[in-house]
Amino acid sequence: MTPLLERLWFGAITVLGVTIIVFVLSRLVGDPAALMLAPDATAEDRAMLRAALGLDRTIFEQFLLFLRDLARFDLGTSLWQKRPAAEIVLERLPWTLALAALAMLVAALFGTTLGVLAALRPGSLLDTGATLAALAGLSAPQFWLGLLLVYLFAVELNWLPSSGAEQASSIILPALTLALPAAGRIAMMVRSGMVEELNAPYVLTARAKGTSGPRIVLVHALRNAAGPAISITGWEAIRALAGYTVVVETVFAWPGLGSLAIAAIQNQDLVLLQGIVFTTALMVVALNIVTDSLQRMVDPRIGA
Amino acid sequence: MSASLRERPTLMAALLILGLLATLALVLPLLAPNDPTATSLRLRLRPPAWMERGLPAYWLGTDHLGRDVLSRMLNGARISVVVGLSVVVLAGSFGTLIGLIAGFIGGRTDAVLMRLVDMNIAFPGLLLALLILAVVGPGLIPVILVLSVNGWMIFARTVRGLVLTQRALPYVEAAILTGCRRRTVIAEHILPNLAAPLLTLGVLEFARVVLAEAALSFLGLGVQPPLVSWGLDVAAGRNYLSNAWWLVVVPGAAIALTVLGLNLLAGRLRIALDPREREKRFAARARA
Amino acid sequence: MMLYDVRDLSVHFATQRGLVRAVRGIDFAIAPGEVHALVGESGSGKSAAALAMAGLMRLPGRVASGRFTWEGRDVTGPAGPQLVAGRDIGMVFQDPMVALNPLMTVGGQIGEPLRRHHGMSRRAAAARTAELLALVGIPRPADRLADYPHQFSGGMRQRVLIAMALAGSPKLLVADEPTTALDVTVQAQIMALLRELRARLGLAVLLITHDLGLVAALADRVTVLYGGRVAETAEAQALYEAPRHPYTAGLLRATPRLDDAMDTLWSIEGSPPDMRDDPPGCAFAPRCPHADAQCLVERPLLDRAACHHPLVPA
Repeated sequence: MTPLLERLWFGAITVLGVTIIVFVLSRLVGDPAALMLAPDATAEDRAMLRAALGLDRTIFEQFLLFLRDLARFDLGTSLWQKRPAAEIVLERLPWTLALAALAMLVAALFGTTLGVLAALRPGSLLDTGATLAALAGLSAPQFWLGLLLVYLFAVELNWLPSSGAEQASSIILPALTLALPAAGRIAMMVRSGMVEELNAPYVLTARAKGTSGPRIVLVHALRNAAGPAISITGWEAIRALAGYTVVVETVFAWPGLGSLAIAAIQNQDLVLLQGIVFTTALMVVALNIVTDSLQRMVDPRIGA
Repeated sequence: MSASLRERPTLMAALLILGLLATLALVLPLLAPNDPTATSLRLRLRPPAWMERGLPAYWLGTDHLGRDVLSRMLNGARISVVVGLSVVVLAGSFGTLIGLIAGFIGGRTDAVLMRLVDMNIAFPGLLLALLILAVVGPGLIPVILVLSVNGWMIFARTVRGLVLTQRALPYVEAAILTGCRRRTVIAEHILPNLAAPLLTLGVLEFARVVLAEAALSFLGLGVQPPLVSWGLDVAAGRNYLSNAWWLVVVPGAAIALTVLGLNLLAGRLRIALDPREREKRFAARARA
Repeated sequence: MMLYDVRDLSVHFATQRGLVRAVRGIDFAIAPGEVHALVGESGSGKSAAALAMAGLMRLPGRVASGRFTWEGRDVTGPAGPQLVAGRDIGMVFQDPMVALNPLMTVGGQIGEPLRRHHGMSRRAAAARTAELLALVGIPRPADRLADYPHQFSGGMRQRVLIAMALAGSPKLLVADEPTTALDVTVQAQIMALLRELRARLGLAVLLITHDLGLVAALADRVTVLYGGRVAETAEAQALYEAPRHPYTAGLLRATPRLDDAMDTLWSIEGSPPDMRDDPPGCAFAPRCPHADAQCLVERPLLDRAACHHPLVPA
């Protein structure tokens, strides 16, 4: 169990690091109390609020209070919506999770298939095409890709809704936008891994004992190439949660954490934005642990 | 001169790339047929020249304020190059320094530095950048700083890895054992071998930064008008997607092609500067 | 009747620096139950020849010529022999650390050819796998089926590889440098195992090695390759007692022997030929102490030894 404990420990440190950054930034903007009060508030009101928020204590005590609140998932009160930030975050979280999960599923399936097919004949037309497609997919800016999909499928063809989340089909375009560049990167990783594995000595051994071609590719080589593929997929999921969803949700007006972050910035609600960043940090750490455990399951040599 | 350059492919590649970027930033804006900021309400939302209602003077059409799309596209390259180059230089030199320190001193210093890098890498992406930008406010300088803060770790990790590999090579070990001074070993044996991989990584990071700047500007948190940025133009054109597709397509395509070119260039560099890659490449082609 | 007869085998590799002609028209035959050693330095073409004979040559390598007769039947196909890998010929490779799939259990890997070539059920395959592991001398075989390769030592892994090669019940076992990657003590154990298997199963063994000394106790017949061609082929005893080709003699002298009073190591001067070239004469001439003008221009024909000036006149 030590590796898992180590991961958890490292995750805790990561969350702590993010928390420190968030805390320092929140104290950099100036007096949070001033932000929360009307401009005509009296000095007395301000002093009361400062005491209630613990702002009259030392900076270290303030940090400990901040940590205590976070440990209870108390993210403070949104300046913009005047209600607990945690409540708002939890309302939006499922939308982002659904979007990211669907996108990563599509990206993993599509990317792996493309990568394996390309690796079967390195240098072939299919390989070159797949590599170019993957490269193009990850070179196009995601917001632009999303807008092109909207133009094609919503404006011109009118097959799918262009934004919002009123219909079940609303998720298709944002998920695709999130999935395509990730699929490209996964495909390139799977391809190079598979090319290497298919040239490995154990593949020659398998051929020598008469194992069929498909079995060599799917059972022998793919499983050996799975480790890096899992780690890149986990990494893509992290990048999606900690960044790409902001862009994609903004393009498609998807009601998740990403579009909430932009709305929080536009409404100068730093408390809410901090809550979003902290929640995302927790998810990122959880994803790291899941990715790690999956890799251990695939490879008996790492040991549980 | 050309002979000595041919013997140093990395230097030549670096000079070529810098020349290319200078062209993008300095020459392209000069080619712009119109003033990219001149507005004209009479000439709003004109399509590209080859379409109906298109005007020959506005080859790629005009935007919602009647500004020339082609001229804006050519001028937009400047911001991308400025941000990309600044970030790669800032993040690259800081990361390289940290990587060298970690790789050479090793021990506890290495462990602490690499943990820091791991932590930064474990929490990537735009969200933290957004938080910082929300606090310090948008603009060109903040964008450069935020993206540099986000980008130094990969240089640190790469350089550390290279230093460790180089150190373990027999001839370097021999140099150390025979009492060469540490500084001499670094200058003569290790730094020259860092150049090629760092150049490739720099190009890849440049591509990443161009995309990130565009995304931040698209979200309204990056470069602000009246500066001309591709990301800003896509954001502005977004509202006219249904009747003026060129406002989104043109600046977006400029970003995509720039990044694609940089990615292809990085791939070429890796092959050109590494003999082992060349042989692998050949073997792959022979198998096909 | 020969078990496997190969005529005029040539193998070419396309590399960036030019065409490498690794094997250049060799003839080779092995009788049922015979142990035939194919000996040569690295680059002599012995491994390429073995892969081609087993029908496993893949690009960038290519079987450029060859006629293959298996148990009297012509099995020549468009790209080498048409044999069933694993059922006609079993193969053991050099480095047991990398020749096994690290992510599949040993039982699973040995079971694969059993289920494929003998149509066994999963359970039958498991039982047979345990038998095979016992045959190659792995203790408590039934308990080790679910183990992964990294849980075995190098020598034990080589035994697993041999069990795997035997699983399809092949008539010919090709062992490509089976002991090179192993410790000296383990080498002897593996050679003893091969001898025992040959006696018990009547298996023909094609043994590829660079070490003439290693095969002395095991081989019935020895073929020495140099520069992609056969330098000498003979009954093992005759070859050891009176080598005819200067290269064979050099190899024998370069093999340290315990019963020798010699206290210095002997080696052949010079380096192996560049396999992209094809000079007209004998490939060994530049390194040969007996070479004369004829050796440089005229290629010697094979008559036990391919040499214009054999050490023992024919």
